[in-house]
Amino acid sequence: MTSSAVQNTTTSNATQASPMNTPSFKSSKWQRQIDVRDFIQTNYVPYEGDDSFLATPTPRTQALWQKVLELMKAETAKGGTLDMDTSVISGITSHKAGYIDANLEQIVGLQTDAPFKRALMPFGGFRVAEDSLTAYGYEIDPLVREIFTKYRKTHNEGVFDAYTPTIKKARKAGIVTGLPDGYGRGRIIGDYRRVALYGTARLIQDRKEQIAQLDHKITEETIRLREELADQIKAIKELEAMAKSYGADVTRPAQNAHEAVQWLYLAYLAAVKEQNGAAMSLGRVTTFLDIYFEHDLAAGILNESEAQEIIDHFVMKLRMVRFARTPEYNSLFSGDPTWVTECLGGIGEDGRPLVTKTNFRMLHTLTNLGPAPEPNLTVLWSERLPKPFKDYCAKMSIETSSIQYENDDLMRPYWGDDYGIACCVSAMRIGKQMQFFGARANLGKALLYAINGGKDEVSGEQIAPAFAPITSSILTYDEVMAKLDDMMEWLSGVYMDALNIIHFMHDKYSYERIEMALHDRDILRTMACGIAGLSVVTDSLSAIKYAKVKVIRDERGLATNFQIEGEYPQYGNNDDRADDIAVMLVENFMSKLRTKETYRHATPTMSVLTITSNVVYGKKTGSTPDGRKAGEPFAPGANPMHGRDKKGALASLTSVAKLPYECSQDGISNTFSIVPGALGKTEGDRINNLAGLLDGYFGRKAHHMNVNVFQRETLLDAMDHPEKYPQLTVRVSGYAVNFIKLTREQQMDVVNRTFHRAI
Amino acid sequence: MSMDQNTPQPHQSRPPSPESLVPSPSTGYVHSVETGGTVDGPGMRFVIFVTGCPLRCLYCHNPDSRNLKDGKLMRAADLVAEAAQYGDFMKRTGGGVTVSGGEPLFQQAFVTEIFKGCKEHGLHTALDTSGYLGRMVKKELLDATDLVLLDIKSFDPATYEKVTHKKLAPTLEFARTLAEIGKPMWVRCVIVPDLTDNLDDLGRLADFLKDLGNVEKIEVLPFHKMGEAKWEAMGLPYTLADTQPPSPELIAQIHEIFRGRSLSVV
Repeated sequence: MTSSAVQNTTTSNATQASPMNTPSFKSSKWQRQIDVRDFIQTNYVPYEGDDSFLATPTPRTQALWQKVLELMKAETAKGGTLDMDTSVISGITSHKAGYIDANLEQIVGLQTDAPFKRALMPFGGFRVAEDSLTAYGYEIDPLVREIFTKYRKTHNEGVFDAYTPTIKKARKAGIVTGLPDGYGRGRIIGDYRRVALYGTARLIQDRKEQIAQLDHKITEETIRLREELADQIKAIKELEAMAKSYGADVTRPAQNAHEAVQWLYLAYLAAVKEQNGAAMSLGRVTTFLDIYFEHDLAAGILNESEAQEIIDHFVMKLRMVRFARTPEYNSLFSGDPTWVTECLGGIGEDGRPLVTKTNFRMLHTLTNLGPAPEPNLTVLWSERLPKPFKDYCAKMSIETSSIQYENDDLMRPYWGDDYGIACCVSAMRIGKQMQFFGARANLGKALLYAINGGKDEVSGEQIAPAFAPITSSILTYDEVMAKLDDMMEWLSGVYMDALNIIHFMHDKYSYERIEMALHDRDILRTMACGIAGLSVVTDSLSAIKYAKVKVIRDERGLATNFQIEGEYPQYGNNDDRADDIAVMLVENFMSKLRTKETYRHATPTMSVLTITSNVVYGKKTGSTPDGRKAGEPFAPGANPMHGRDKKGALASLTSVAKLPYECSQDGISNTFSIVPGALGKTEGDRINNLAGLLDGYFGRKAHHMNVNVFQRETLLDAMDHPEKYPQLTVRVSGYAVNFIKLTREQQMDVVNRTFHRAI
Repeated sequence: MSMDQNTPQPHQSRPPSPESLVPSPSTGYVHSVETGGTVDGPGMRFVIFVTGCPLRCLYCHNPDSRNLKDGKLMRAADLVAEAAQYGDFMKRTGGGVTVSGGEPLFQQAFVTEIFKGCKEHGLHTALDTSGYLGRMVKKELLDATDLVLLDIKSFDPATYEKVTHKKLAPTLEFARTLAEIGKPMWVRCVIVPDLTDNLDDLGRLADFLKDLGNVEKIEVLPFHKMGEAKWEAMGLPYTLADTQPPSPELIAQIHEIFRGRSLSVV
């Protein structure tokens, strides 16, 4: 042990390396094979009590957090980026150990050699890496430019070498958009727990045995796998070296809670040093870690305050993860998100709640350190969660608006009881499954293409094949639907072609070595497609069906405006006439995706999720038959359009809950904003009502809900006086952001959304 | 639309077309419904705002539902079916159905139909009323009512008349009637500075309520101007435009008045 930071720990006395003699855990098959779930199930103790045991922050935590806050303030003052590396290409071992204050930090490790210094990661795309430096006034080292333009190809370059003209046109027009073709795809969750439980020596041994089995039938597939496994071993060895620079010997299993958190964090750190992925989620680590905490507490080598301190320091590190990103990226995924998603709660397959004291400790960081968007705390909700935990979650949501909820009772039959959430809503079995992130197709535009014979309503260009346009003055449902169906068939094909190319190239030029090293050898891959504009298209079709929609064509003969006569049922009011259309659209597009061939035999899935890109999609899309004007934002995710859910919260939620998860297994995002007074008059009422609301919503097989509880006036004030609200956190589609880091346009979008309030 | 308008559609929240309805005990005039109300009774509630009100309160925040014909004619059975769709949310939060207004007693037969329907679905019912029409309330309605939210706008007869343009006595009489039959009651007092904030009056009100024995809760509601825009839109003079909401200190003081009489207050 050389690092002062590790010597500082409260529990650094346990240093004996004895791989299978880790604290007296119950033995089971997890010792014979890599099986973290089995370790958890055999050893964890559910906690059914309340939050009264939680500890306040230690002086060390307060002092360290103060330093982090000051750095964050300096970062904001410098336009959102404190410092950037312009010459060192980031990798697991690229930088020497970095600290905030080695005397205070209980959990160590930074992405670069200094806090908030953003790493240079050009493998996803050189131009994006260079642009993100230029945008903040930095200049890339000419040598790096030479390497990445002359000698080393990137993912981005590979993709554009293979893109078809049709894909390029569709992409430019914005009917498919947000594609991870110039940046890291992310959405892969390494099983970081494996490093703590097994130590890397054992993991390398396991990989070597797997390579040894691949010594016959040397097909293209086998070659690829052999190369990938070899790369994974190299990445694990780099992790060992990086950990050593911080004084940690991760070759052996962690011996106590402090080491378990430190080992796990170092494994995660290796991932965020290697990949600037669109979402770098953590998985489901807290209940795993609780086993170590319970052990140390029982053994008397740790007290509650020290346990909380370790979690607080861990969370500080997670809050500090940063990537270099361009302003364009920020307009899609606003607020500098990293999606360090961590899942809490849920129920085991044996019926025991997976709630532990460390779940509470994790949520308690929102009190000890204040609200924050990261880590993206995700509660896997079940009707069977212990009531004190439900109440505590509701209480923390009401106080901080920093939590999202996803339906464990809905997902468990699909993904078991050891899945995590990548990014916002994408469930995957930890270490056994990954996804190929596919951003989304713009259904709003597809509808306009259907009406305009495949011509783009903004540019006038022929993007889709020249199907016959609609020429009548009044739109009829059957004609529009038939043409939309053709257009969706075309769109799903172009879209899948693009994704196949993207993921082929990402595997080739920007492979996630360390994350994949922490997976099983053979995994399930999903091709995670998505749609934007669901509520716009639903309401448009409903208007065409139940009111009279007249087309206004411009001089190019393109439908660019619509006149609605009469009222029509709108999505978000629990009216089946509209809601059935939304369900039909989800089923229809998914059924088209299912027929497409996918790279690496991935299983196609779909999400109804927009993140913050609903603003950008809206900007690129002309007026739609529902009455939305050109350029106006779409609703986020699966939300009803702003202000159209007129019957109140329950009707709105009930509409969204009708969307079928079986056709949208990559998630259905709903952002729910309510003023505190509309949840009830007393704190007790508000907690009771929010917990009951979640029970009721998820009881209807809904998938996801972001919960925001605040006054619109607070947001307006924060727009004018950001300095007063450094930690104001709001949930947007599937993640949370620092409100003051959103662009003004996106701030307005959040402000304008429906706030359920008392009448 | 191809579907038969006269066929009830229990799984849809489609409003029936007014032409197909005639006024009768099974139909009534409704301003709107709110599916997730939490401020008109316990838990999450389906709140039906009916139209028509005999009072003309200075601070009325729903002046657009004073006249019966401000509303749409709807069937009680359709409203019950719509409310019942949210029964799961109500049961999980201890909620139910509230009829508010307007003044629900203005359409007593209609409200009775709604509440009887709710009871068939096992839904909790709350009647949000000023009590001014309490004298004409029938047993049938009270039997189907689980909770009365009684709005007592002032305990001083002159102030009451100034605020509402009606007499106070019927409301207090109704409160006594409810006490006699042991009907649970929440009492609501809107505190308007310089109008209904007289502490002596509130003290006398607290004495009165303490003796009733059926009062489960007092809700002290600070005056707000959320209704002002509606007054303006309707071209009505809003006399409280310059009145400010009461201070938190005053509200705390009023809470103490009720708490001092062992009444539960929020």
